[in-house]
Amino acid sequence: MRVEMRKIHKSFGPVHANAGVDLTLEAGRIHGLLGENGAGKTTLMKILSGYQSMDSGEILIDGRPVTFASPAEAIRAGIGMLHQDPLDFPPMTALDNFLLAFDDRLIPDRKRGEAMMMELARRFNFPLNPDVAVERLTVGERQQLEIIRLLALGAEVIILDEPTTGISAPQKVQLFATLRRLAHEEGKAIVFVSHKLEEVEELCDEVTVLRRGKVTGHAQMPVPIDELVRLMFGQSIAMPNKPPVPLGEVVLRAEGLRLVSHRLVIEEASLEARAGEVIGFAGMEGSGQSLFLRAIAGLIKPKRGRILLEGRDLTGRPYREFMQAGISLLPADRIDEGLVRGLTIAEHFPLRRETPFFIDWEENRRYVEKMIEFYNIKGRPETPVESLSGGNQQRVLLALQPPKLKVLIMEHPTRGLDIGSARWVWEQLLKRREDGTVILFTSADLDEIMTYSDRVVIFFSGEMYPPVDAAELTVEELGYRIGGSLAPRPAQEVKTDVG
Amino acid sequence: MSDEWKEKLTGLLWLILPVLAALFFTAIILLLVGAPPLQAFWEIARGALESPAKWADVLTAWVPLALVGAGMSLTFAAGLWNIGAEGQIILGAIFATWVARNVHLPLWPTLFLVILAGMAGGALWGLLTGLLRVYARVHEIFGGLGMNFIATALIIWLIFNPWKPARGATMSGTEPFPPNAWVPRLGHTRLPPLAVLLAAMAVVLAYYLLKGTRFGLELRAMGKNMRAAFLQGIPTHRHMLTAFVLCGAMAGLAGAMQATAVYHRLIPRISGGYGYAGMLVVILAGYRPEWVPAVALFFAAIGVGSPRLELNMQLDASLGGVLEGAIVLFVLLAAGLRKRLARRSS
Repeated sequence: MRVEMRKIHKSFGPVHANAGVDLTLEAGRIHGLLGENGAGKTTLMKILSGYQSMDSGEILIDGRPVTFASPAEAIRAGIGMLHQDPLDFPPMTALDNFLLAFDDRLIPDRKRGEAMMMELARRFNFPLNPDVAVERLTVGERQQLEIIRLLALGAEVIILDEPTTGISAPQKVQLFATLRRLAHEEGKAIVFVSHKLEEVEELCDEVTVLRRGKVTGHAQMPVPIDELVRLMFGQSIAMPNKPPVPLGEVVLRAEGLRLVSHRLVIEEASLEARAGEVIGFAGMEGSGQSLFLRAIAGLIKPKRGRILLEGRDLTGRPYREFMQAGISLLPADRIDEGLVRGLTIAEHFPLRRETPFFIDWEENRRYVEKMIEFYNIKGRPETPVESLSGGNQQRVLLALQPPKLKVLIMEHPTRGLDIGSARWVWEQLLKRREDGTVILFTSADLDEIMTYSDRVVIFFSGEMYPPVDAAELTVEELGYRIGGSLAPRPAQEVKTDVG
Repeated sequence: MSDEWKEKLTGLLWLILPVLAALFFTAIILLLVGAPPLQAFWEIARGALESPAKWADVLTAWVPLALVGAGMSLTFAAGLWNIGAEGQIILGAIFATWVARNVHLPLWPTLFLVILAGMAGGALWGLLTGLLRVYARVHEIFGGLGMNFIATALIIWLIFNPWKPARGATMSGTEPFPPNAWVPRLGHTRLPPLAVLLAAMAVVLAYYLLKGTRFGLELRAMGKNMRAAFLQGIPTHRHMLTAFVLCGAMAGLAGAMQATAVYHRLIPRISGGYGYAGMLVVILAGYRPEWVPAVALFFAAIGVGSPRLELNMQLDASLGGVLEGAIVLFVLLAAGLRKRLARRSS
């Protein structure tokens, strides 16, 4: 079976998640779909598997155009997807989940279903017990169940979205063996969606790289890692223009934090940041940098260790106290976490300003008009924030910040922004250094990290490495380190067709 | 015609059409039971409006609807599905009854205590639902439902045990309160002006809280996106509890007025379903307190007019409820339809 996606477009409001993507999948091959978070990989695969509609473009199966109105139609055509978070029914047993997939008779034939399930499980050496509730399975076992469920449904194309997140090392080995067998022996087409370079390098036969909704490259493996890094992260959108500011006293001190989320554990993380310092946090998405920064913001309570702001112990205090102490977080998800969708620009300001209990809306309007002009926001006081572009949302978020902050935490400060807005955002951030504000930020753009950081902290799968002076690093080195390797490997001779 | 007027006119049309559809739907039901629909609607209207005494009754029925509507506009603004007003009315009535039975002061001091007690009773019930939501993660729909059941059981127990009349307990309730706990009425009508005044004040309070204060703005932010509101530094837990308490106080006041202004005693059906009807009012008012008085008046009129169906047409008075429910459903339907059409055309 051969699947072609042609000129796929999909927008979510102002975000162009897929901007004319072409992708061809061949039977018997493992196709890596590589790109940073937000590059459009998952959107593209949800379109292919019928979970999402496209705005324009076409899908061809063996040359015939098809349209899928639902995942059920896609699976009938032979295309199935394993989602990042399994879409199963946790309280039900493995067998029930398996039966739900295809036995649509009023009274399912449990015996036949169980025989079918166990036969498939045996074929791939999956140790699945049909009578255990799915919620008691590990992520890896749930994946195995999903894989045989899709096979039972007759899937010829199997899409796996970040399948190695949250599974154990032996399960990963087994998963890779299974995928190889499915592709190379049974002739399935496998799509392996990932942002992990090493895994794509290890597993895939060919790779397509997406960045900002567009294909930046397609190549037969092997491809040298630094080439993939370049395709993924691209050239800098940020301009080197950073006037030096003398660093002050230590403002923020994190001592031996142990942080636990449902996906990740950071055993030990410490940091000292001085007034006016800019520290960039690099790492693949989900390596721990966000967890750490959210702990500094007071949103996640450390299991161990202390957080001190100018010597004051804030550990375990409520988030609001962190805010009042002068720590502010600007989330990556500007419209669903940063701003309140449904409120106007003007209505946001009294939430953050020192306002009396009875709001003087006239005075507020005058103030907001001034801020709109000063921050060059393309909108009016009564504009709902969700109708603003990403750049203007970021401007509103910055305009909302109190003038004197001790620590400003930015998640992906320029993600989705055009060059002008990105440059403007950094001008604002760098200006704040003069008041002694510490700026901590994450970014998927390595050039951005290299350009603006005084020091760089690297995270790799839950491990925080000691900060490195940005001057001692290069973008290439940084690229290797966030992928978990320390030194560049010798490049191999390969041909890539870069789009 | 200017665009603004055109927009206003379409807006009005989108409100009138579903009401007409609801009337049409109710007419079909009436035809099915073999009653002439036009006559039935006419009887409801006449039953509500034919005499000043009826107007007074409509205004009296308006009080609990407006109070509950005002209170619920606060919890709805915060995105809370508070369905506990029924129980909060009952608790308000119970607390007010305790004062009426046990406090022997002149009229106005007694009424002052009745009002405070009623508000405290409702607020307590609201607070418990809020605490369940915030600290035990019991969704407010289930919490409210449970609290409503407990309130119903409590009022029955009180009427049939400690507060039973000397001649024996019946569904007709306790002994009448001593007259020092009766809210004065206007002339020979059943209308208690004090209750109307308090309800109007509650509506104005809800309006100003939501429109003019930081607290109200923060509640609205929570209603739009609880997570984002929290990240903006809004004390979401405290505000949720406050909204529950304010709504409970207003519903409790409604219960206190039902006991001391309408029935002059505690009866098992003291809430009269106003907790649920008030929810319909606030939904139909688009969750905006400024629309609550008008919608509440309309519902009160239907409520007062429908018993006429029983007297003159041998129909059940619950048809009024069918009409109310149908209007709310059709208005919601029209709003959904309008949104869908807008999305398609954009």
